[in-house]
Amino acid sequence: MPTLNINGKDTLVDADPNTPILWALRDTLGMTGTKFGCGAGLCGACTVHVDGVATRSCSTPLSAAAGKKITTIESVASDAVGLAVQNAWVAHDVAQCGYCQSGQVMSATALLKGNKKPSDADIDAAMAGNICRCGTYARVRSAIHAAAATLA
Amino acid sequence: MHFDPAFGDLATQMPKGLLALMKRAQGASKTIADDGLPRRSFLKMGVASGFALGAYPLLAGAQSPAPAAAPAGLKPFEQPAAFVRIDKDGAVTVTINRLEFGQGVLTALPMILAEELDADWAKVRAVHGDADGAYVDPAFGMHLTGGSGSIKRSYTQYRELGARARAMLVAAAAAQWGVEARTLRTENGMVMGAGGKSISYGDLSDAAMKMPVPEKVALKDPKDFRIIGKATPRLDARAKSSGTQSFGMDMQLPGMLTAVVVHAPVFGAKLKSVDDSAAKAVKGVTAVLRMPTDRAGEGVAVVAQGYWAAKLGRDALKLEWDTSAVEKVDSVAQLASYKALARKTGMVKIKADMGALAKAPKKISAEFTFPYLAHAPMEPLNCTVQVTGSGADAKAAIYLGTQMPGFDGMAAATVLGLPPQNVKVNVQMAGGGFGRRAVPTADYVVEACTVAKLAMAAGVTAPIRVMWSREDDIKGGYYRPMHVHRAEIGFDAKGKVLAWDHVIVGQSITQGTPFEGMMVQDGIDMTIAEGMREPYDVPMRLSIHHPKVNVPVLWWRSVGSTHTAYVMETLVDEIARATQQDPVAYRLKLMGDKHPRHKAALMLAVEQSGYGKRKLPKGQAWGVAVHESFDTVVAYVAEASVTKGVPKLHAVTAAVHCNLAVNPKTVEAQVQGAALMGLGTCLPGAAITFKDGVVEQSNFNDYVVARIPDMPRIAVHIVPSAEPPTGMGEPGLPPLAPAFGNAIAKLTGKTPRDLPFKLV
Repeated sequence: MPTLNINGKDTLVDADPNTPILWALRDTLGMTGTKFGCGAGLCGACTVHVDGVATRSCSTPLSAAAGKKITTIESVASDAVGLAVQNAWVAHDVAQCGYCQSGQVMSATALLKGNKKPSDADIDAAMAGNICRCGTYARVRSAIHAAAATLA
Repeated sequence: MHFDPAFGDLATQMPKGLLALMKRAQGASKTIADDGLPRRSFLKMGVASGFALGAYPLLAGAQSPAPAAAPAGLKPFEQPAAFVRIDKDGAVTVTINRLEFGQGVLTALPMILAEELDADWAKVRAVHGDADGAYVDPAFGMHLTGGSGSIKRSYTQYRELGARARAMLVAAAAAQWGVEARTLRTENGMVMGAGGKSISYGDLSDAAMKMPVPEKVALKDPKDFRIIGKATPRLDARAKSSGTQSFGMDMQLPGMLTAVVVHAPVFGAKLKSVDDSAAKAVKGVTAVLRMPTDRAGEGVAVVAQGYWAAKLGRDALKLEWDTSAVEKVDSVAQLASYKALARKTGMVKIKADMGALAKAPKKISAEFTFPYLAHAPMEPLNCTVQVTGSGADAKAAIYLGTQMPGFDGMAAATVLGLPPQNVKVNVQMAGGGFGRRAVPTADYVVEACTVAKLAMAAGVTAPIRVMWSREDDIKGGYYRPMHVHRAEIGFDAKGKVLAWDHVIVGQSITQGTPFEGMMVQDGIDMTIAEGMREPYDVPMRLSIHHPKVNVPVLWWRSVGSTHTAYVMETLVDEIARATQQDPVAYRLKLMGDKHPRHKAALMLAVEQSGYGKRKLPKGQAWGVAVHESFDTVVAYVAEASVTKGVPKLHAVTAAVHCNLAVNPKTVEAQVQGAALMGLGTCLPGAAITFKDGVVEQSNFNDYVVARIPDMPRIAVHIVPSAEPPTGMGEPGLPPLAPAFGNAIAKLTGKTPRDLPFKLV
């Protein structure tokens, strides 16, 4: 039974180490902010941070996160970058159906942690793995620029 | 889905269709009232923490602290009790009669009600209604989110609801102060009287609910609107940006189990053998159930503790299938047969004399193909079923995102063998749908309830969440149908169309469903022809073939216009090019002195884009299209290039005529999103194809959808209007692909006629 550091807390997870992080979060721990979209690392809805790196939790086993820090949408706003991204998301009314937006916020936060002033091309490259069927991409771009500006 | 008013007064036929469904679902049960609505228990009212305004006459006062009776003339959906709650602290909770799945009704409907209520917008929140009779679409008499009609068909309803609630609050204040109601005014959640007297709606709530519900109420002049028409942030923006918004997929009930179902690889196939020994040995697997599935097929459900165990169990099943009795579709052969059919005149939808075709000085002969498309909403389909009690006391609760909670509740009752009033439908926020959550066969609800029923028979009484994987979604059917169009057009040197012979081949979406009675006329499904010919007054003969194919089909965002707009708008452009005319000027000429909304939208997009004035970068060209669907007109001016055979859409200027834009922020979002989805239909790989009856795609690796690098720069402009609003969920989609296609044609001299575009 692995112990994982989730959102700064060591947490005993009652699941097989081969279980993807996504299902341990959602079904074992009841943390449903991280979403299931494709189960194959193709859509980004399940994005979490593992040691700060945007990671597809649907295709990353618990064993791969041993000794590392997992951050999920539930706590991303506890740091300045995550909070700026969330606030920009609200200010720009990005969400439509909203189902993919946890993953979008996580990917955008990881981007801004590594690149304080991303261009549209940087944004497209960093966010291309996050599908939004509602087509919120125009506002995703502007919200990321706005978040970058508030952090500058 | 689309109920086009141009095809007749469907509203009057709708309850009949609903009744037919219910009779079928129920075996003509006695629980159906004359108007086709189930007489279920209506809302609980008068809760301790506040109150529901007004009174519902059918409640018979049993659960209600003697509210005053509403006028007998008011229907359930006209009574504020079911829609407005005002707490003591002034919080106003508005119940929406539609599914929020991205289109913004959770914000726009409360805006409409709050406007007439004179509520303090900062205190307004919203919740979903359920399958109760109050939450039917007032025009159709059934629960429905579709046809881009949520605002269009509930605008006056929600205004009147707000005005009735306001009148009751004013009456309460008047009684309290001993003055006449007409001396009072309202503002921002307060009733104000002479001499600076004021009282909040929260303080009036108890007294207001005892006031009579007025039948006739005066509505505001649109020029006095403070909320309607103002760009308003979504009420769900924060929850949806922080992971706190719960969707159907996030249901958690005590002891809940998760199930996944193996569907037949070919629609309707049966099982030859099942070896579930390895599956049952997977840790966490509770039950393995052989079960009937959609289209008279068979499948196997694996019930387990959580999705991962269920999935591992499913992967461990050893199944053999018998596909001998079902048609095994092959897309190559199907396309060939459709093309052959398109060369023959079908059932005639629009008549015209084709005599001038043979001798026309100029001709275009064109064939277009469109593939099957999956909706692929980001939240995979799911439905949670909880059955409690037994025998006559058995009750069920289902939790799901649905565009038709009434249908789905009836379907659940039928499968579970319960009277409909014992099934509670809990509508959950849905992660997209695009039509996939409005299924006349209620496929995913029937499936979930079948699993629950079989599980109970096997001794598993826990609530069960039945989940689809993405592979289940992509392979699971109910696609936008495949279509072939063929057009033979004769015209003169000035572009005057002399004869236009047009044939469409495609499956009917509604034949064989409860919607057939109102949507199929003379054998023709009206959804296949919507968007044809208009707004161009050309002599067109339009005929239709509806082949029967073993592929389940469904409405897909903007339905018929997903293909008809492409065909119409690229062909009109081709005639303009063939006769050396500007495509905008040519369209205006064809419209003549009619279609003012089309012209207003087109000209606004043209002006704002700089079309014909601004010089584009080398290698780019303009493309224009305008199309009306669901009573809204959208025009696009596209800027595109083709580099080494790869088309690229750089920028789009949109103009929308949706009459009054209730929430311009949402109108913009809907156009941005629909444009992107329209662009998605052009991308190579955006197609569902079949080999030996099996879907060849499985996930987002081989079923291509638009990603952020595909998103063009987009500017959205709205034609000002104070007329009652029309819909916005779908109309942004149809004209995007033809605008893009027309730009490509300008660059290459050749209009792409196959969607998705083939790389050249």
